[in-house]
Amino acid sequence: MARTRHRVWKYGDSVNTDVIFPGKYTYSIDNDPAGLARHALEDLDPGFANSVESGDVIVAGRNWGNGSSREQAVTCLLAAGVHAVVAKSFARIYYRNAINSGLLVIECPEIVDQVESGVMIELDMEAAEITCDGRRYAFAQLPAQVREVVEAGGIIAYLQRNS
Amino acid sequence: MQTLTEKLLARASSRDRVKPGEIVVIEPDVVLSHDNTAAISAIFQQLPHKRVRYPDRLAVTLDHAVPPPTAGHARNHARIRDFVREQGIANFFEAGRGICHQVLCEEGVIGPGMALLGADSHSTHYGWLGAFSAGIGRSEVAALWATGQLWLRVPETIQITLAGKLHAGVTAKDLTIGMIGRLSSDGANYMAVEFGGPGLAGLSPDSRAVLTNMMAEMGAKNACIAPDAVTWRWLEATLRRTRPHDHEPRLELFRKLALYPDAAADYAARQHIELDELEPMVSCPDAVENALPLSAVARTPVDLGFIGTCTNGRLEDIAAAADIARGRRLRKRLLVVPASALVLRDAAEAGYIADLVDAGATIGTPGCGPCMGVHMGVLAPGEVCISSANRNFRGRMGEPEAQIYLSNPAVVAASCVAGYLAHPADVTGETAADS
Repeated sequence: MARTRHRVWKYGDSVNTDVIFPGKYTYSIDNDPAGLARHALEDLDPGFANSVESGDVIVAGRNWGNGSSREQAVTCLLAAGVHAVVAKSFARIYYRNAINSGLLVIECPEIVDQVESGVMIELDMEAAEITCDGRRYAFAQLPAQVREVVEAGGIIAYLQRNS
Repeated sequence: MQTLTEKLLARASSRDRVKPGEIVVIEPDVVLSHDNTAAISAIFQQLPHKRVRYPDRLAVTLDHAVPPPTAGHARNHARIRDFVREQGIANFFEAGRGICHQVLCEEGVIGPGMALLGADSHSTHYGWLGAFSAGIGRSEVAALWATGQLWLRVPETIQITLAGKLHAGVTAKDLTIGMIGRLSSDGANYMAVEFGGPGLAGLSPDSRAVLTNMMAEMGAKNACIAPDAVTWRWLEATLRRTRPHDHEPRLELFRKLALYPDAAADYAARQHIELDELEPMVSCPDAVENALPLSAVARTPVDLGFIGTCTNGRLEDIAAAADIARGRRLRKRLLVVPASALVLRDAAEAGYIADLVDAGATIGTPGCGPCMGVHMGVLAPGEVCISSANRNFRGRMGEPEAQIYLSNPAVVAASCVAGYLAHPADVTGETAADS
């Protein structure tokens, strides 16, 4: 796969699941992509849902997605068209949920403080590097067992193929 | 030489030993889900597996929105009952029985040596019984239903040694809020936390559950405590009540499965906490890690209080609130939601419910209550709530323009008597011991 270009939405440290997708919707909105997308980042950035475009990426500080195990905190971003979340670090359940739902999550601490909302970055998954303003930032590939799940498009697709 | 978590994961993956960093496949003894069971079953239906592989290992509780506040929530519960019946799920607990994490302990569904994976972030809870337990997402639970297995990375372990004794008015909750403030919300991300040391002996079962439950707020994969005399006494007394016909063989199984850390186990980090040095703590809006001593925010006006949840809705929590409410009048609204029907029954028998109601408190149905903003007791814009729950994120209790402070239950009750954040001694007139 060649390099892909993406517009950045930049956020800070410790963004939790409740501001990514409020708990009050967790038992009423689940499989409806439009409903999920409408409430994405509602209590963090009320302007996000209306302006996000397919292919955009989120770049954030440490511990993105801490808090609840709700999968909608991942699937609402997929529904909104978010291509990847790049962060200094991820909370562990969020990280697993992203892998299991097919959202690209990239730990790349070096780039985070170098970009702002609105800038364009280039992503090369094969070379495992991000390019921005002519500078390159490398990130670590996932372990092989886990990469199989991501490449299948999530754990359900993986099981459909392998059982 | 292995930590308790390593031993538990070795057993769950049928190995002699495991090392931190390894990816292992475990077969958990218990797979937990709650009001999210219908959503998980919709994911499960996308798989070729028509039947749950091990229906006797599933545990399902209705606890997040009970009794259902809307027809939509009622329909969700009805779908879950259908699924439970169709698949022959062994452990199903109806709306009103209580919060999953409290009920599964009381019912002996899980015990020492076992492993649990749950579709709930506070699944770290069960470690207080000497079990491995961790939270996962809905798709992973669907996969577990199909195969009975899941991959996990073996975590490094942080050892936390407790010494000394808590002063009156200081609780396990204060210990955890202080620790999360110091180490931050990702202080144990991807890691295990193991509590030990001579100070544990003085901590009740209810208090120990606070420790392992709250480690979810420090990012931990799991948290655990090796079983001791306190654990066994609680299990014997509780299972005798909830399983009158088979508590003996169940306890025998737990005794056989129980595991203990090696004395020379390898810990990635060590923390030592002197319990005598702790004081009441408060998490300020909008993060648990915004921790301050109560004394630093005392007299902050509050509009209402909430006592409940898997963190602080047990008998000792309601007793602490009743001790303050008894014979007094609450200036501010106080909602008390017992963590389980058993807790409610015991609190009524002990007279705590009468004390609280006489003082002006409202009692809710055992369950999660307004903790995550889907059920009765949600906040209005601008309201300030003092809560015994585990999270105070913006919008957590249903309204982004409300503010949530977290504390131990006695501080919640005292603050509702005073009308502002208050130390229990401020309203009882007793001298605050060293705080």
